[in-house]
Amino acid sequence: MTHHGLSSGSLGRRLLMQLLFVAAVLSALLYLAVRSVANQAAEATHDNILGASATSIAEQLSSAEEGVVIDIPYSAFSMLGAISEDRVFYRIDANNDTLTGYDNLPRPTVLPTLQAPRYYSTRFRGSRVRAVALMRVIPVNNKPVSVLVMVAQTRLGQNAITARVANTAAGLGVGFFAIAGLMSWFATRSTVRPLHTVADAISRRGAHDLRALKSPIPSELEPLVNSLNDFIVRLRGALHRTETFMAEAAHHVRTPLATVRAQAEIALRQAETDASRKTLRSVIRAVDESSRSATQLLDHAMITYRSDQLAREKFNYSALVFDVMRVLSATAELKDVALAAQVDDDIHFIGDRILIESALHNLLDNAIKYSSEDSAISLSLCRVGERVQFSVSDQGRGLAGIGQSALTERFQRGENVKDVVGSGLGLTIVEHVAEVHSGSFTILSREEGGTCATLLL
Amino acid sequence: MRHLIIVALLGLLHSLAFAFEREDEKLFSVENSRNQLRILSNTDLEYFEPLIQAYQKRNPNIGVLYTVASSKELFNAINNEQANYDVVISSAMDLQMKLVNDGLAQPHNSNVAEQMPAWARWRNLLFAFTQEPAVLLISRAGMDELQLPQNRQELISLLRDNPDHFKGRIGTYDLRISGAGYLFATQDARQSDMFWRLAEVMGALSPKLYCCSSEMIDGLQSGEIVLAYNVVGSYASAVLEHDRDGAIVPLSDYTHFMLRTALIPATAKQPELGGSFIDFLIDAQGRRLINEAAGLPPVDEVALAGSQHFRPITLGPGLLVYLDKIKRRRFLKEWTDAMVQP
Repeated sequence: MTHHGLSSGSLGRRLLMQLLFVAAVLSALLYLAVRSVANQAAEATHDNILGASATSIAEQLSSAEEGVVIDIPYSAFSMLGAISEDRVFYRIDANNDTLTGYDNLPRPTVLPTLQAPRYYSTRFRGSRVRAVALMRVIPVNNKPVSVLVMVAQTRLGQNAITARVANTAAGLGVGFFAIAGLMSWFATRSTVRPLHTVADAISRRGAHDLRALKSPIPSELEPLVNSLNDFIVRLRGALHRTETFMAEAAHHVRTPLATVRAQAEIALRQAETDASRKTLRSVIRAVDESSRSATQLLDHAMITYRSDQLAREKFNYSALVFDVMRVLSATAELKDVALAAQVDDDIHFIGDRILIESALHNLLDNAIKYSSEDSAISLSLCRVGERVQFSVSDQGRGLAGIGQSALTERFQRGENVKDVVGSGLGLTIVEHVAEVHSGSFTILSREEGGTCATLLL
Repeated sequence: MRHLIIVALLGLLHSLAFAFEREDEKLFSVENSRNQLRILSNTDLEYFEPLIQAYQKRNPNIGVLYTVASSKELFNAINNEQANYDVVISSAMDLQMKLVNDGLAQPHNSNVAEQMPAWARWRNLLFAFTQEPAVLLISRAGMDELQLPQNRQELISLLRDNPDHFKGRIGTYDLRISGAGYLFATQDARQSDMFWRLAEVMGALSPKLYCCSSEMIDGLQSGEIVLAYNVVGSYASAVLEHDRDGAIVPLSDYTHFMLRTALIPATAKQPELGGSFIDFLIDAQGRRLINEAAGLPPVDEVALAGSQHFRPITLGPGLLVYLDKIKRRRFLKEWTDAMVQP
C-alpha cells in the first residue's frame, strides 16, 4: 500500500481511541458506582446492627423509685462483636447526666427524636467511630426523664468490607474495560474494513481503468463512492474530450499544412535566388515537423481512446510488419538507408491491429529518422514462447545515456536529437501499446553504436 | 530540714510512680543484657519462671522483669497510670478486653499470631495462650455414699436434697473481690437461668466465699469444705495430681474455659520485645512448654473439640457489658442477695 503524505491520522485508530476512552470512562463510573453503592450498603448494614444494639439497651430501660434502671443485655455488645472485631463504646445519659458508659463519648450535634434514631460519625479515643443515639422518655416518680442511649463502634469492619468491595469493583472495572476494549477493536476493524475494501479496489486498478466502482459498500460510504464514480466519469469525459480535441486540432492543422507545403514546393521550384530557396526549404522543413507532430498527436489520442475499449482481433502480424516497411521504404530510400527484415512467416496475433501498426510505424520511423545516410536497419519478428517479439536495430546515434523511462515520457526527447524533427510522442505511443497488451517495451543503446528497440507482446 | 523535704518529695514521687500494688516482682538478669523485657502479669511467678528461663535461653541477651499484680491492679496500672510494661498478661478476660477496646493496646502482627484460631485472639491486639476450665471440685471422702453430680441440675438436686450434709461445707468465689469468679459467674448467668437457682440453693447452705482458686483447693484438702464450685481447673489439676481424694468434675451441661491473654500496652517502650514474648507463648514450642513446664493448659483446639459442652469464653465487646458499673452493681446485689442469706 502506498503511503500518502497527506494522511491526517488513521480513522480506525481515532475510532478505537474514542471507543476506548468511552470504555475507560464507563469503567471508572462502574467502579465508583459499585463502590459507592457497596459503601452505602455496608454502612446501612452496620448502622442497622448499631441501631439494634442501642434499641436492645433502650428496651431494657425501666424505672424504679431511685431513678432510671439500666440493664444492658449481653447481646447488645456481643451482636456487634459477632459481625466485626470493632471496638465498642457506649454512653447513657438521663436528663443530661451521664449514668454509665464512656462519659466523654461525643453526643450527636442534633439530638434524635423519640421516633427516629440519629446516626452520626465522630472521633473518639483516636479513632473514627460510627455512632447511633436513641431517645427514650422514662417516667420516674411520675416525672418524665429523657434518656439518651448512645452506642458507637470503630469502622474497621466497614472499612474491611469497603476495601474488599473496592478490590472487586476495581477488578470489575478492569475486566469491563478489557472486554470493551477488545470489542472496540473488533468493531473498529469491521467498521473500517469497507474503507479498505474500496481503497484496495481502487488501488488494484490499472492506470487507465476508469470504470465506475461497483462493489457493494455501506451506506455511509455511498456519497464518497458516488462522488468518486462521478469524478471518474467526469475524468473519463475530460480525457475523451481532450483526445478528441487533439485529434480534431491535429486534423485541422494537418490539412492546411499540406496545402502550405504544396504551395511552398511550387514556390521552391519557381524560386530564383538561393536565399529565397533556402527560406522556402526551411519553411517546408518546419511544415514537415508540424505535420509529423500533428500525426503523432492524432495517433496518441487515438491510442488513448482505443485503449479504453481495446479491439481484440486476430491478424497476421508478419504481414503487418511488411505493410509498415512498405509505407516507410520511400523515406528510407531517400536517406539511402537499407532495410533488412528477418520476419517469420504467418505469425498470427490477437490484439488491436491499429495500435500495433502505429507502434511498429513509430519504431521504424524513429530508426530511419535517427540513422545516418548509407546505414542499415534490421528488423526481426519472431515467436518467443507464447509471445511475439518485434525488434528494430539501427546504426544511428544511440540514446546518449538517456534512460528509457525519460524517453517514453510524453514530449520528452533525447539530448542529441535537436537537428531532427520530432514531437517526443513516438516512444510514448509504443510504450502505451505495450502496456495495454500486457507486453513490454525496451529500448537500449547497442555497444557497436545505434539503438535496439524491442516490443514483446 | 531541706534534705528531709527532698527525701519526702522523692518518696512521694516514688509512691506515685509505683502507685499500683505489686504482689511480687523478680528480675531475671543476664550478663551483657542489651534489653530488658518488662512483663506485668496476674499469674504467679512459679508458673512463669520456667517459661521466662526458656525464653531467655532462646534470647540470651534479654533480661526480664516479671511483676505480679492482681488483675484489677494490673488494669489500673495500664488504664490509669500508663505503667511502663512491654507485655501485660492476665486471666481477667473482661478487663483485658476493656484495655483493648479502650485503645490501650497496640497491634502485634506475626506469622505465628496469624495462625492462631480466631476465637483465641481479638484482632491483632489480644492473644490467648491458655484455656482453663471452670470446674466443680469435690472431695470424694466428704461425699460419703452420695453420687458425684455431673451437671448443674444434679448439683442443685444434690444440694437441695442433702442440706444438712452440705451446710457450711461448700465454697465458691466471692464475686465482690474475685475478678475470675465474677467472670465465671456472669458467663454462667448469661448461659442459663440455672445459675440463679444454684445461687439460691447454695446461699441457703451458708457457703464459704473465697478470694481465689488456691484457697478453695486448700479448703477442700483441709476438709473445711467438701465441694467447690467454679474453681479454675488448671490450678486444681496441678495441686490434686497426686491426691486421689479430690475429684475434678467438668460439668456436662457446659464448662466455660477462661482464656489467659497477653497484650502489648500502647505505652510499651519496646513493643517488639513484647511481641517476641507473645510469639514465644503461642508458637508450638511455647505451647508445649506452657503445658509441661508451667503446668497450664495451652490453647488447643483439638482438646476443646473433644466435648460439645466445652465453651471458651468469647473474646469480644460482649465482655464489656458486665464491666458496666450499673450492670455490675446490679449483678453483685442480686448475687449477694442470693448467696449471703441471713
